[in-house]
Amino acid sequence: MDLILIYESFFEIIKGLALSVEIIIISLILGLSLSIIIILMRLSKNSFINYFSKSFVFVIRGTPLLVQIYFIYYGLAQFSYVRESFLWLVLKEPFWCGVLALTVNTSAYTSEIIRSGLNSINRGQIESAKAFGMNKIQTFKRILLPQALRQSIPAYSNEVILMIKASSLVSIITIMEMTGLARKIISQTFAPIEVFIAAGIIYLTLNYIVTIGFKKIEKHYLINN
Amino acid sequence: MGGYKEPPNLKKFMELLSLGDTGWGDEMLRACIMTFAVSICAMVFGLLLSIPFVCMKLSKNFFLKLIANIFTTVIRGVPELLIIYLFFFGSSAAIMFVASIFGYDGYIEINAFLIGAFCVGIICAAYSTEVIRGAVLAIPRGQLEAAHSFGITGKRLLLGVIAPQALRIALPGIGNIWQLVLKDTALISVTGLVEIMRQTHIASGVTRQPFLFLITAAFLYLFLTTFSNKFFLSVENKYSKGFT
Repeated sequence: MDLILIYESFFEIIKGLALSVEIIIISLILGLSLSIIIILMRLSKNSFINYFSKSFVFVIRGTPLLVQIYFIYYGLAQFSYVRESFLWLVLKEPFWCGVLALTVNTSAYTSEIIRSGLNSINRGQIESAKAFGMNKIQTFKRILLPQALRQSIPAYSNEVILMIKASSLVSIITIMEMTGLARKIISQTFAPIEVFIAAGIIYLTLNYIVTIGFKKIEKHYLINN
Repeated sequence: MGGYKEPPNLKKFMELLSLGDTGWGDEMLRACIMTFAVSICAMVFGLLLSIPFVCMKLSKNFFLKLIANIFTTVIRGVPELLIIYLFFFGSSAAIMFVASIFGYDGYIEINAFLIGAFCVGIICAAYSTEVIRGAVLAIPRGQLEAAHSFGITGKRLLLGVIAPQALRIALPGIGNIWQLVLKDTALISVTGLVEIMRQTHIASGVTRQPFLFLITAAFLYLFLTTFSNKFFLSVENKYSKGFT
């Protein structure tokens, strides 16, 4: 065990922290917004839209994230009309491909979390909202969504930690975030244990901060009863 | 992997995926079986490895508890890819170190299947430890007290009273872990084991049709996850009869 190497690789790997956090935060925000759209589609009475939303979640949750990253990075680039369209502005950058894949991935999981939050809301509340003359959009925005989001906070904190771990996969498509840097140091020094310890400390600290933060949020939004 | 040819028609797709020497269908199926085999080995290894960790977590000894807690926290908190890098590069370094003591200085490569099953097994063990621990704690205290008053202790208590009940409670959690294991095996492709992802990579490199082969890979994974999910649900239904 080489303590100096752990120390050095720690400061080398932490240079990728900003990029990792950037990827995680952008995809979490986009993923949460997309998940609400998926939920709205799931609630729709149109059976085609409903079915589309269901199968989207089924496919994304049933396939590994690596397949999704490769599909967006390599699969879509195969077609010339993708390369000639405005989409290419996004898809030619590995960074945005990674963000897109993580966004799509987390949106499917998040929508399931919010859906179980929605299911736990008492039917009587919807009926009372109707009795107050609220239309469907108002009911969703004022009554259902806030309560469902509050219900989902504990499960969502797990999802955030999963995303922190998942963000390491974008290193496979040449993005030099923390795991990418760790991999580089391993191949330079042939010292996997030391590099693992250095990277592990950073990831565990990140997870710890997220856990503490979500505990605070959970407490803040606790139902008073 | 990337290719820049135009997409051919559906007939060409079917030819590319056909069985036999010209198509990649049989290779993809073999890779699918490989994914399944690695997953089974990893799952069995992981479940077996989790048993001592569960015992350590439930023991009253502070140090045993601490070791088990460090194991589950680290493995569950660090990206799977890093764990695979650790064992993939670490194990060959360790074995080469041992070999160098005996005077052999060449490069030694360890079987990718074993390393893959080992890595995913370790990850599986950390998650199953938590699931099984929860299940053991969910057994009503009265059961243990009743067993004690019947004079059932030691091995008979564990195998006759705790294990059957804990297993039933843990089944849904174990089903979730199985799905996780199946998807984590995709990461072993970085070590060169020819499972679905690796085969997809090779096939799309040769044919320059990444789109087609990635769709095929997604279908194979969906096939595996869906059918094993059905299997787990039926087992759950079978063993939860009379417990609703």
